Amino acid sequence: MASNELEGLMLGQIEKKLRMKIPRQQMPAQDPKERIHNFKEVPNGFTPALAVKEAQRCLQCKKATCMDGCPVDVDIPGFLQLITEGRFSDAAKQIKLTNSLPAVCGRVCPQEEQCEITCVLAKKFTPVAIGHLERFVADWEREHNETEIPEIAPPTGKRIAVVGSGPAGLTVAGDLIKLGHAVTVFEALHKEGGVLVYGIPEFRLPKAIVKAEVDFLASMGVEFKSSYVIGRIKGIDELFEEGYDAVFIGTGAGLPNFMGVPGENLNGIYSANEYLTRSNLMRAFDFESHGTPVMAGNSVAVLGGGNTAMDSVRTGLRFGAEHARIIYRRSRKEMPAREEEIHHAEEEGIEFQFLTAPIRFLGDENGWVKQMECIKMELGEPDSSGRRRPVPIKDSNYMIDVDTVVIAIGNSSNPLIPRTTPGLETNKWGNIVADDETGLTSRKGVYAGGDIVTGGATVILAAGAGKKAARAIDDYLKNL
Amino acid sequence: MNEIVYKEDLYPNITLFRISTPELVNKAEAGQFIILRAYEDSERIPMSIGGLDREKGLLTIVVMEVGKSSAEIVRMEVGEKFLDVVGPLGIPTHMEDFGGTCIVIGGGVGIPPILPIAKALKDHGNKVIGIIGARTEDLLIYEAELGAVCDQLVITTDDGSKGIQGFVTHALQKLIDDGEPIKFVMSVGPVIMMKNIARTTEPHGIPTWVSLNPIMVDGTGMCGGCRVSIDGKSKFACVDGPDFDGHKVDFDELIQRQAMYKPQEKVAYDDFLHKCRIGLGKK
Repeated sequence: MASNELEGLMLGQIEKKLRMKIPRQQMPAQDPKERIHNFKEVPNGFTPALAVKEAQRCLQCKKATCMDGCPVDVDIPGFLQLITEGRFSDAAKQIKLTNSLPAVCGRVCPQEEQCEITCVLAKKFTPVAIGHLERFVADWEREHNETEIPEIAPPTGKRIAVVGSGPAGLTVAGDLIKLGHAVTVFEALHKEGGVLVYGIPEFRLPKAIVKAEVDFLASMGVEFKSSYVIGRIKGIDELFEEGYDAVFIGTGAGLPNFMGVPGENLNGIYSANEYLTRSNLMRAFDFESHGTPVMAGNSVAVLGGGNTAMDSVRTGLRFGAEHARIIYRRSRKEMPAREEEIHHAEEEGIEFQFLTAPIRFLGDENGWVKQMECIKMELGEPDSSGRRRPVPIKDSNYMIDVDTVVIAIGNSSNPLIPRTTPGLETNKWGNIVADDETGLTSRKGVYAGGDIVTGGATVILAAGAGKKAARAIDDYLKNL
Repeated sequence: MNEIVYKEDLYPNITLFRISTPELVNKAEAGQFIILRAYEDSERIPMSIGGLDREKGLLTIVVMEVGKSSAEIVRMEVGEKFLDVVGPLGIPTHMEDFGGTCIVIGGGVGIPPILPIAKALKDHGNKVIGIIGARTEDLLIYEAELGAVCDQLVITTDDGSKGIQGFVTHALQKLIDDGEPIKFVMSVGPVIMMKNIARTTEPHGIPTWVSLNPIMVDGTGMCGGCRVSIDGKSKFACVDGPDFDGHKVDFDELIQRQAMYKPQEKVAYDDFLHKCRIGLGKK
């Protein structure tokens, strides 16, 4: 460890009463005025001093309620304690015992709804910034080249095929390789990481970090096969014929939903998946060297209120839009996006039009979208999701001028694997039916987890599902 | 894998490649497509399959230079490897014994993909008539290959330099007028050609399928960029197609969508050609 970086740090635990007096430490971030012109990461991360101070706020509860909120069972008080001792890389290793992707999860997990909401301090004060600290130690370990390959069990001779290299698949691969199984991860795109590379923008999750996580798995012995579409070049049954003993399907929520309103196929109207894939995976923001174009509109409207909508609208802003707005049919309170993302978007000057829904798109003579007719909504009775249902207000129609529209209203399940795998049960939305606790599907030896099972959810829930499935696959293989 | 083993310029801006991709070739069927990426910073380009040699594991594609990405590809040489050849993608062309004559129609770089389709139709016991069209005789490709497979091959040129003067639709109309018992028409080529073919057969109720090649990114259903309106509903060409009932396709919308990036394509292409001229290009 670079000792000079630790010089002057006030290490060690402090008295409990004093801990509660320390305010939650704020993570430095790029100035909004600067960052809207670049794709660099927005928050800069804790300094060692900030990290130690923040970790010292942890009360080290005997019954750590924070852990109840973590889908991957990270020993939170344990790694926070290590931070207070200045043992940052050890803290990262502690997390990695149960979470293969700390640098990713530290950035994109909704901690405020998981570990931080259940932190004891949250009741009277503000919770410990567990996410920021997770990110800090993972970055520390990587940047100081202190990543070590963990102990790997002796080879079991069993082979597992993982389909999809998103958060679910990477977690399964990481957990099973440690247990001595041979793991091959198949990825349809040319880069591993799934939604972490094609979906989440550089300014929220630098791709170098995803690559480092993938490289780490590869260094443990995971074999990656990219540009390889399971369900096309090879079916699930053929994987078994080739000698794989079990298969995990983590193909994600792969089919973008559209609204079904007139004019939706006009030029300049994208699904969020396409808009973000062009920008992130295909590097459209660097058109000169990559040549993948995207419409860099002047007036961008993004439909939806989730994290993907925030990612899209902030991408539009960075492409140089004068007006980048969110159009959402409910109010701010109902938006599913993380508070942090909404806050960042607001800081950057994103305009929000709540209680508004498009009813048609109008194009120019060349088929380019130029206007969007919207209707105002009001909130009625709660619907099945528990949120109040938006109801159109009669005769409230009005027009918005737009040249780029991004539809970010969620995804349906990709049909490729269900269509080509006999006996694989799906529900009415086309999601693969899998056991909550084990991920086992209707097919023997075939497990599934992540968005392909749940529909669009979060990175950490996918990782959690991968974790459970890995455990179940290991049990299954032991008894094979 | 992905090595170019044969290259032939069919015409100054049309190049044929045979690529060694045994696993893909073994699995691919007529009517499917691939996505090709030449270099690390290249676009992902969907391409029709223009031939499958299962014994040698060779995939044939025919590329016309129309922009930066295709320009990069046609400058690659035997022995070089494409970075990615992904596939087979899409649903194969529907095959059965149609109990009558099948017509396969190709235009431009849409001609090569009809060869594997014609072969498969023959294998299913059909009588197959091929129609291929080009502006002028020199631009006709795959004449011998198709002639060897089809029961009959009809050629049209816009300038009358070979075969029937006019468009492929004229040849098709003539076959209909002559009372040929046509049970299935399959066409691959420029959108405007496929639109006119569908128009020609519609009054006669002849089942007519077209292979669509809209702008696409991932090719697995994820991006939705390739959506086309079929009977008023959006379908994804990559997972629901590429073949669709030509009588239900909104061709005008497709033509509009294909033009989406024309200005950027021109910028990228001009820049590429400029770099080639000053010696900074890929080749």
